[in-house]
Amino acid sequence: MIENLTPIQLDAIREVGNIGAAHAATVLSQLLNKRVSMTVPQVNILPLTEACDYVGGPEQPMVGVYLRIFGGAPSKMLYLFPEEKALWVAGLLINDPEKCSNLLGEMEISALKEIGNILTGAYVYAFSNFTGINMISSVPALAFAMVGAILSTILADLGEMGDFAVLIETQLTACDESVDGHFFLVPDPGSLATILEALGVKEGCQNQSGSECPK
Amino acid sequence: MPEPIRVGMSEIVVARAPRVLFTLGLGSCIAICVYDFFLKTGGMAHIMLPDSSLSSANTLTNRGKFADTAIPDLISSLQKEGAMKERMVVKIAGGSQMFNFNGLNSQVQIGARNIAAVEKIMAELGLKIVSRNVGGHVGRSVYMDLETGNVTIKMLNSPDVIL
Repeated sequence: MIENLTPIQLDAIREVGNIGAAHAATVLSQLLNKRVSMTVPQVNILPLTEACDYVGGPEQPMVGVYLRIFGGAPSKMLYLFPEEKALWVAGLLINDPEKCSNLLGEMEISALKEIGNILTGAYVYAFSNFTGINMISSVPALAFAMVGAILSTILADLGEMGDFAVLIETQLTACDESVDGHFFLVPDPGSLATILEALGVKEGCQNQSGSECPK
Repeated sequence: MPEPIRVGMSEIVVARAPRVLFTLGLGSCIAICVYDFFLKTGGMAHIMLPDSSLSSANTLTNRGKFADTAIPDLISSLQKEGAMKERMVVKIAGGSQMFNFNGLNSQVQIGARNIAAVEKIMAELGLKIVSRNVGGHVGRSVYMDLETGNVTIKMLNSPDVIL
């Protein structure tokens, strides 16, 4: 099962996450006209019961932009921004930062969804090119809520398959700290095997039903 | 005052007054609060999914995750503490639809399915849900005071609701 990934497999997933995230960060940097730095992605294998404690406590208000990825390796993509950073980013895109309201209005929501869309496009394109897995993203959806509520809702359907979630997480920061976002690629349970196979590190993994592969 | 007890996702906790049970950041999940006012004993279950038959795992590892397994477990744990079904008061909160894909109905609406499942199972068990704060697009934190049986719901940018 997914809680038993080997170090080599984790490394491979981290690398492919890195490539995706680097493309997305470049695009964000071009969009905002700011230098954007990113962390090396972390591959977190979390028990679902702990998932909503992730990212600064469950009651932290955050803006989440969520997309589904379809195709060879169905997954979920989630961007989380603290409210004020999200508003700031939206304001830049609307190109009128002065007028930018401090409320999450229709324009701001639309702008943030579009950013989610563009970043996901870049991430998925790179990911797909590297692995040869065909991937397409859905339209984005947005929620402004307690981060626990956002994460638990997105991860809930993973509960049908098991008790763990794999989160490929990258943090983005603009050099002046005006942007501070997390983003996550969460492969559906069956997709992880597909991704590992495409990366050529399926060996030594355990199959989806949880029993050992022949060694 | 004893420490409040946190009920995590897919956990079931039963305790007595003067404890407080709480859970944070509910989205599509549901907190099911059952209280015996005579014993001042109550329990909370934090379910994630409606039906354990959805589980494709070979063995059902966590009964607290699903409405159809968690609710009977919660009731029987309460009965072990001496609680009687006739005195049980049921309150529920959660079941939001956090994300709205406009025009695209592809997202399985787990929140709504959870609410329906909890209602159905409670009806089967002959328990009435006396009050609820469910649905919408909000996250909720739920606090259950076992001294009074009051269930307080906290949401972002709106006043607390007491069930």
